[in-house]
Amino acid sequence: MKKLTALVLAVVFALSLTACGGEKGMTYAEYTAAAVDSEVTVDVYVQATQSWWDNKITVYAADKDGGYFIYNMECSEEDSKKLTPGTKIQVKGHKGEWAGEVEVVDGTFTLLSGKSFIAEAKDVTDKLGTDEIANFQNQLVSFKDMTVESVSYKNDQPGDDIYVTLSKDGNNYDFCLEYYLNGSDEAFYNLVGGLTAGQTVDVEGYLYWYEGLNPHITKVTVK
Amino acid sequence: MRKTFALLTKILLPLSLIALTGCHGSKGLPSFEVPETFDESKEYNITFWAKNDTNITQANIYNQAIKDFEELYPNIHVNMRLYTDYGRIYNDVITNISTRTTPNVCITYPDHIATYLTGANTVVPLDALMADSRYGLKGSSLKYEAPGDIVPKFAEEVKLSGISYAIPYMRSTEACYVNKTMVEKLGYTLPDTLTWDFVWEVSEKAMEKDSDGNFKINGQKVMIPFIYKSTDNMMIQMMRQKNAGFSDEEGNILLFNDTAKELLEEIAVHAGTGSFSTFKISSYPGNFLNAGQCIFAIDSTAGATWMGPHATNHDISEDKLVDFDMVVTRIPQFDTSNPVMISQGPSICVFNKEDPEEVLASWLFAQYMITSDIQIAYSSTEGYIPVTEKALNDPSYLDYLSKEGIDNDLHYGPKIKASKLLIDNIDRTFITPVFNGSASLRDAAGQLIESTTKSMRRKETVDDAYFTKLYKDTRSLYHLDSVSKANTDGSEKKEFAPLPLTSKILLFALLFTWVGIGAFYLRGVIKKAYGKNNHK
Repeated sequence: MKKLTALVLAVVFALSLTACGGEKGMTYAEYTAAAVDSEVTVDVYVQATQSWWDNKITVYAADKDGGYFIYNMECSEEDSKKLTPGTKIQVKGHKGEWAGEVEVVDGTFTLLSGKSFIAEAKDVTDKLGTDEIANFQNQLVSFKDMTVESVSYKNDQPGDDIYVTLSKDGNNYDFCLEYYLNGSDEAFYNLVGGLTAGQTVDVEGYLYWYEGLNPHITKVTVK
Repeated sequence: MRKTFALLTKILLPLSLIALTGCHGSKGLPSFEVPETFDESKEYNITFWAKNDTNITQANIYNQAIKDFEELYPNIHVNMRLYTDYGRIYNDVITNISTRTTPNVCITYPDHIATYLTGANTVVPLDALMADSRYGLKGSSLKYEAPGDIVPKFAEEVKLSGISYAIPYMRSTEACYVNKTMVEKLGYTLPDTLTWDFVWEVSEKAMEKDSDGNFKINGQKVMIPFIYKSTDNMMIQMMRQKNAGFSDEEGNILLFNDTAKELLEEIAVHAGTGSFSTFKISSYPGNFLNAGQCIFAIDSTAGATWMGPHATNHDISEDKLVDFDMVVTRIPQFDTSNPVMISQGPSICVFNKEDPEEVLASWLFAQYMITSDIQIAYSSTEGYIPVTEKALNDPSYLDYLSKEGIDNDLHYGPKIKASKLLIDNIDRTFITPVFNGSASLRDAAGQLIESTTKSMRRKETVDDAYFTKLYKDTRSLYHLDSVSKANTDGSEKKEFAPLPLTSKILLFALLFTWVGIGAFYLRGVIKKAYGKNNHK
């Protein structure tokens, strides 16, 4: 009888421990292998967010292995203030692909405890023009010694996205200052809007994809 | 006790009056009357919130129009703010109504105006201005050539309860941009008028794959034969073609019915096979069409410059473009003998201000935007058409239309074909009833298709129980059980949700206070009378 009681207690204890731990998120490898439209659960760290809008927020997230773009995640305005860089969250949603951008859509999140994590930018300059660069999608990346070719405002006037064309070794690449990500940073907005053709720059940003490479830039150093 | 009660009365009476005043909302602006004169020595700064289609030419036309207008009226200064999203304009206007900082002139949709009208005298009724012999559509005191009559069908679209709260600015409809080459390669002949059955059938046929997993029709890994840009419009037009209820002039929501369910069941079948998708799920139809990955791409005629292998604009790299014959045709129909399609496009509304002359200055600018030169220039940027009879029949516009396809720029063939599609079908266009909440209903209509499509792609069970839940969830998400209805006199009749507890407590407190005041007064009267009697 004692043995049976001990066994039952052990099982209950094990089950309760599992319950406390909650569902474990997929690894980055599992996430990348998951089919489009399948359900995904990922434990990730917020790196940046676009401005909250209509009970939704778009999150640039990462873990130690890769980057995630979490599009229009359900989020109250109050909760959006908790999504500071480094915060660990579990996101449940579906994997989607929109114009080549792999993302988590229709997601909901819960805050997780644990250490915060901020990814460092990976230099992918030598991957430009190769298929390999797609493997870095949604990660914070950097490009060195790029040449400014052109800068234009989405509406032909300040107040919205800025499209920046940079070149390397004679090939042009499209970059974007996403207004809802960092348009409110006036100094940065003016810096990017004021770039002129011929300048040499180092840039950092999240490797967004729109029918091809289209990083959302977060840092520009004019050389 | 008396002193306490009197003190309470003194405090509660003004408080309750404030509360009651609050219940009626803040005092609105005085209703607008056309002023007798327009003081041209006085300076007016007016703000204009506009939307363009990420099209620099359109922005340039706005800028040039403002410059030209300011030369004609040097005392009116126009400050423009450009948006690329109507939703943002709508939200910004709503925010600014409460602080009385609305723009003077705004590009908008009638659905949005219905909501703006919940503020007292917020939007200026334009009938008197349009008919004014000095400053109206045929005004004699204008410093520009009067625009003349608006196409009656378009003029009707901006009326709410019989009152014109806007002037139409541009009009478009939807077109089906078809890869004719692929349709024929699949063994079909493109009919004059597409039917839904034809589109579904060809789309399913295009899903055949070879042994390597490539689609036979294009040899690629990607093929979505049928993509719809605006699922709101898709549902609205399907319902109209079926003569099924969507909503009515009284603001009754009729969308959630058996016909809608039947349509969703059909859509579900094709979403499940992957032969149908939407812009929200997959991206722009034009990008897939131009890459040879789509056969039927339905988008606005105002997006025609993005459609086709020789399109003026495209978002995909040159190496992904494929060559094919493209046909621009009406959207699919259920009844080919009676084709119908939606009319859409931006309108312009004028917001009320304290100074009627400021409103008149705003009107002069708004009306300037529908003069022929601007109408022709702007409509030529996309598959729009002008909204005035004068512009539609202007020799320069007719000349523009006649040069269809002579180049791939201003005279890009599919763009002019798209415009002609609407010109030839103006009488076959329709709009849905406008009321406070009709914008949400539009969104809900699209959401039904988006949700069904997503669910099928995600291998969820889509059955009767699914649709019952979908209807319930969509009604709730878009607050369609508590929309307000527009009365025929333009006033608002509202259906309210149950009062929150705090409101009930406040109302009870007010009632208690007034009963107390009444009792106190009555007590005084009785006592006075009793006292008088005692003196006798």
